[in-house]
Amino acid sequence: MSALVVAQHDNRRLDPVTLATVTAARRLAEEVDVLVAGSGARAVAEEAARIEGVRRVLLAEAPHLENPVAEDLTETVLTVAGDHEALLAPATTFGKNLMPRVAARLDVAQISDIVEVLAPDTFRRYIYAGNVLTTVRTRDGRRVLTVRTTAFDRAAAEGGAAEIVPVEAPPATGLARFVRREVHASERPELTSARVVVSGGRGVGSRENFALIEKLADALGAAIGASRAAVDAGFAPNDWQVGQTGKIVAPELYVAVGISGAIQHLAGMKDSKIIVAINKDPEAPIFEVADFGLVDDLFRAVPELVERIEKIKREGAA
Amino acid sequence: MKILVPVKRVVDPNVKVRIRADGRGVDTTNLKMAMNPFDEIAVEEAIRMKERGLAREVVAVSIGEPRIQETLRTVLAMGADRAIAVETEVAVQPLEAARILRAVVAREEPDLVIMGKQAVDDDSNQTGQMLAALLGWPQATFASRIEIVDGEAEVAREVDEGIEVIRVRLPAVITTDLRLNEPRYASLPNIMKAKRKPVERTTPADLGVDPTPRLEYVEFAEPPKRQAGIRVESVEELVAKLVEKGVIG
Ligand SMILES: Cc1cc2nc3c(=O)[nH]c(=O)nc-3n(C[C@H](O)[C@H](O)[C@H](O)COP(=O)(O)OP(=O)(O)OC[C@H]3O[C@@H](n4cnc5c(N)ncnc54)[C@H](O)[C@@H]3O)c2cc1C
Ligand SMILES: Nc1ncnc2c1ncn2[C@@H]1O[C@H](COP(=O)(O)O)[C@@H](O)[C@H]1O
Repeated sequence: MSALVVAQHDNRRLDPVTLATVTAARRLAEEVDVLVAGSGARAVAEEAARIEGVRRVLLAEAPHLENPVAEDLTETVLTVAGDHEALLAPATTFGKNLMPRVAARLDVAQISDIVEVLAPDTFRRYIYAGNVLTTVRTRDGRRVLTVRTTAFDRAAAEGGAAEIVPVEAPPATGLARFVRREVHASERPELTSARVVVSGGRGVGSRENFALIEKLADALGAAIGASRAAVDAGFAPNDWQVGQTGKIVAPELYVAVGISGAIQHLAGMKDSKIIVAINKDPEAPIFEVADFGLVDDLFRAVPELVERIEKIKREGAA
Repeated sequence: MKILVPVKRVVDPNVKVRIRADGRGVDTTNLKMAMNPFDEIAVEEAIRMKERGLAREVVAVSIGEPRIQETLRTVLAMGADRAIAVETEVAVQPLEAARILRAVVAREEPDLVIMGKQAVDDDSNQTGQMLAALLGWPQATFASRIEIVDGEAEVAREVDEGIEVIRVRLPAVITTDLRLNEPRYASLPNIMKAKRKPVERTTPADLGVDPTPRLEYVEFAEPPKRQAGIRVESVEELVAKLVEKGVIG
């Protein structure tokens, strides 16, 4: 069987979620190709060609693929879908937007957000906000999959030497066009791939108070996350939301501050290796999944935590 | 403008579902049901467009067991004009739902379909994109702001990097994210009025679609449980534990 992975990238760098998607692809197919669709994205294709286990990199370049809309990207994917029995993309907003459109055009029932490949036609995925783990089998000849990238190791970024094959991108459909992207720049690690994540919830109380979360994140070299309640209240931007309808994270350390632990939040972080919860309510459900729970007022505990971590770092450096 | 709003009846998101004893499904008998939260947001957005004079008619459609009528009554009480119940005992999956919705669109000819980004039971996040593909229409998924300008929709989309703004030609499919609006509660007079609004009943067969699912859910299991942890008494103890685990220091 051969599989095609649709690479996620920004025309400069390959997003590491692509590496995990390649691993999932290799679990079901002997031959794995990667499609890089973009504009001025040669460096991305070269990066993809070095991924271990990749056979071929298909490079489709066109001006309208610089910030591609799903309509145009779908046409490009369809021109190369050809004889690949499996099409995969990461279950990010990129993949979630694109793949169902591709699947419908191919008349294939997509399987979303897989966490395990049991057989080339059988997969595991969660439903009901992570409350139920299901095994799904497809009867279609082809499979279209999105991959929960925290559930798969990353393929080695170096070691491969795949051939780069240019492919022609179909013209723009004219159905939709990109206007602009509002990204808030940050020096911090990216949320879904960070080793440590510190998240704040409604308990943090205000946007200004989120500075406390930022200080803790700085001390730990962490990315920042948030609960839906914190995002809705305007304490934090939408791209920090962790959970069923936000981002899925699985860092080595997840620190939940002023978060109650609703199932929709747990769905996004309960595969973290170590979970720390700081909450003043001893009954908060977050404590049921926390390895280390501290019942305390966050406005007292977090500054002390920052101070103690800084002290350890200073002593370590000395 | 005419707006079609597909809504799904799901287990209330605040209720924890149980797995059937035979492991072959989820037991939903006697569980509290609700309109999928994202679909409530879609209904609200459509009604606001009508209130602003942008839309002439708002039509709701639901696919499922006959009790979807209750969900549709709620939509009518919120302010939709009429509803279509596509009745089937089959647990319809996204591709078939999209094909049924395509048939409804062919009949109703809306200018805009607004629907949820994701049903919180199956968590597929597919149907809107599939419907757009089948219709050959543009899609604007994960919307947190919608404006109609010059026969196009300008949509702010919640993406992993932040916000992305796109323009789509109409007709189009838009899927909603959580922060698009806050849905209203239906008032008592509106609930009474909704009883008299028309609900048309049809079936997938009437619409020429076979609803049989393609994906076979062969097993349902409890996710692996996390080992219960410990309570620490102080920040000092917490830090000591984290050092011991090697995650700081
Ligand atoms: C369809 C749907 C999708 C959803 N998707 C998501 C999602 O993706 N992600 C998500 O997070 N939620 C999601 N939710 C919302 C979820 O159900 C909860 O409402 C939300 O997670 C609650 O956020 P919270 O824990 O910050 O707020 P709350 O539940 O209000 O908890 C605040 C906590 O802070 C504690 N606290 C307050 N003050 C202090 C203090 N001074 N010191 C210490 N502790 C303090 C309180 O004890 C409390 O436990 C979704 C809901 C629905 C219906
Ligand atoms: N049975 C259904 N009836 C009506 N609308 C549906 C149905 N299933 C899915 N939808 C719509 O499709 C959206 C996405 O669902 P899903 O792709 O299953 O996550 C939902 O929010 C609904 O708007």
